[in-house]
Amino acid sequence: MSEAGARGSVTAPSPGSVGPSGRRRRGSPTSVGAWPVAFIGLLMLGVAVFYYWPIVKNIITSLQQTNAFGGDPQFVGFANYRALFSDPDLGSAIGNTLLYTVIILVGVPLSVIIASMIELPGLRGKSIYRMIYFLPYLAMPMAVAQVWKIVYNGDFGLLNQFLKAVGVHNPPYWIVTPGWAILAVSIFGLWASIGFNVIILSSGLKAIPRELYEAASIDGATGVRQFRWITVPLLTPSIFFLTIMTTIGGFQLFDALFAMIGRGNPAEPKTRSLVSMFYQQAFVNSDQGGGAATAIVILAMVAIVTVIQFIGQKKWVNYV
Amino acid sequence: MSDFTTVEIAKMAKNQGHISQRRYVPVHIILILGGLGMVFPFVYQILMSLSTNLQIQAVPPQFIPKTWHWSNYSDVFAKLPFLHQFWVSIEITVLRTVIQLILCSMAGYAFARMKFKGRGILFGVLLAILMVPGQSYLIGQYQVIQSLGLLETPWGIVLPGFFSAFGVFLMRQGFMSLPVELEEAARLDGCNPWQTFWRVMLPLVTPSLFAVGITTVLWSWNDLLWPLVVTTREESMPLSVGIATLAGQHSQDYALMMAASTMAMAPIFILFFSMQRRVIEGLATSGLKG
Repeated sequence: MSEAGARGSVTAPSPGSVGPSGRRRRGSPTSVGAWPVAFIGLLMLGVAVFYYWPIVKNIITSLQQTNAFGGDPQFVGFANYRALFSDPDLGSAIGNTLLYTVIILVGVPLSVIIASMIELPGLRGKSIYRMIYFLPYLAMPMAVAQVWKIVYNGDFGLLNQFLKAVGVHNPPYWIVTPGWAILAVSIFGLWASIGFNVIILSSGLKAIPRELYEAASIDGATGVRQFRWITVPLLTPSIFFLTIMTTIGGFQLFDALFAMIGRGNPAEPKTRSLVSMFYQQAFVNSDQGGGAATAIVILAMVAIVTVIQFIGQKKWVNYV
Repeated sequence: MSDFTTVEIAKMAKNQGHISQRRYVPVHIILILGGLGMVFPFVYQILMSLSTNLQIQAVPPQFIPKTWHWSNYSDVFAKLPFLHQFWVSIEITVLRTVIQLILCSMAGYAFARMKFKGRGILFGVLLAILMVPGQSYLIGQYQVIQSLGLLETPWGIVLPGFFSAFGVFLMRQGFMSLPVELEEAARLDGCNPWQTFWRVMLPLVTPSLFAVGITTVLWSWNDLLWPLVVTTREESMPLSVGIATLAGQHSQDYALMMAASTMAMAPIFILFFSMQRRVIEGLATSGLKG
């Protein structure tokens, strides 16, 4: 029956209809009946069960006192939130998260420079450079962080051996000293973030019409001026996208931190991020209520920062 | 493209090479120095994986092992549940990628090309889940997986990942760029919507399938937090979690850790090298459209 319905409803193409993306769509979407249910039913069911229901559960849990040893959770109102905001660790978790985010954001302008060098017209070895800069993005953070841990080692790590060789007398024990530890993790995060940025920016650069540069050369603009007045303005949509993604990624710092600053590490308690605080509460201390409250705070912070960035973009992003 | 003959293109390329190759020397120097910084950790990792703990801790550093200790690699299999975890990683990556590709391409097709009530609203409902950071679902997802009795199982690790709003979004973009005439022709030939989708449309969106597939493989192989929460037994962990546990237990056994982590990263690197261009294109589209 549905098949008959599908056939019966075929509509004539309506030329000139414009799709939501602004692209001209030749004809209208086709067919009805039960087919859409067959095509999206399972997916939407999964989305309901594994995304919408969990976020509702998270909100409910954040208002409950959960018991590690079984027993029904008790409704406690906003007690978990009050406990969170009076927790002295929250301040340091926010500070660490922000520091990490700011440092990996430096990767965006850095990547703009790298990508525009790689994409210079006629440069040899483009694809090799692209590949090399991209490698860290592929690496399992957990695995490659083990290398960095050795490089950061206070006694025999290459970093301190280098620093001593150039005359620094007492280089810090990077990953076991609070303060230095988060910096070490951030630099690792910066290194790991370049690859994705470069790929996105490279494809943004390829979309810039070459004629613009040729016209600018004829007018006598030098390479640096071309970069400033053509490349950067026309890349702003990609730069904006990366700024948003990097910020959101930074706020969700967990993998790099968990990989480098393990549980026995003396610097660990002072080096938590918001997400590692969340993990600690919900899955190490079995305080799901507290963890759920932290998750809501993370959500709120990400939302606020994203909204601010979207408002701010009007001032500097050029959509052609 | 068709405006130029190959000869003209070749000529242009030659001219550029002539004008600029020497001017690019400083650019090459900077890019090579930066590139060394990108590659060095991997080279160092492989060297250490063939070295001994004593050499790794040597001051001044010894980069090249005196003898190549391949035994570190066999030690990984002897001392650690590596094969088990490797298998779990393969299992969850294949499961998640295949099922996600099927679900997302079907839904992407429906959202691109079928007309039904509430299409826009449902698509909005779907995309909304991308706005929320993953941690906000995590406790709820854990509770759901727990009540389904799937903790410590590969299914528990992969289930939430099957339903990807991002994947649907990319697939929808892919289908929207295909001409409608194709579907009409298929319909005239007597294909029902499933046949139209499966035989005619799906083969034409392979670039989108690659983009979704590659990102999914990468995320599910490297994912840490969710599998860390769902698995606590060594034999049910994927490699990402397994390496974390190892790092705790064998924190002083550097050479062993290096061998294990090299092998944990190897499959993704091999996959990448074998289909490099596709990967880069795929990731570039996945980013631009996001």
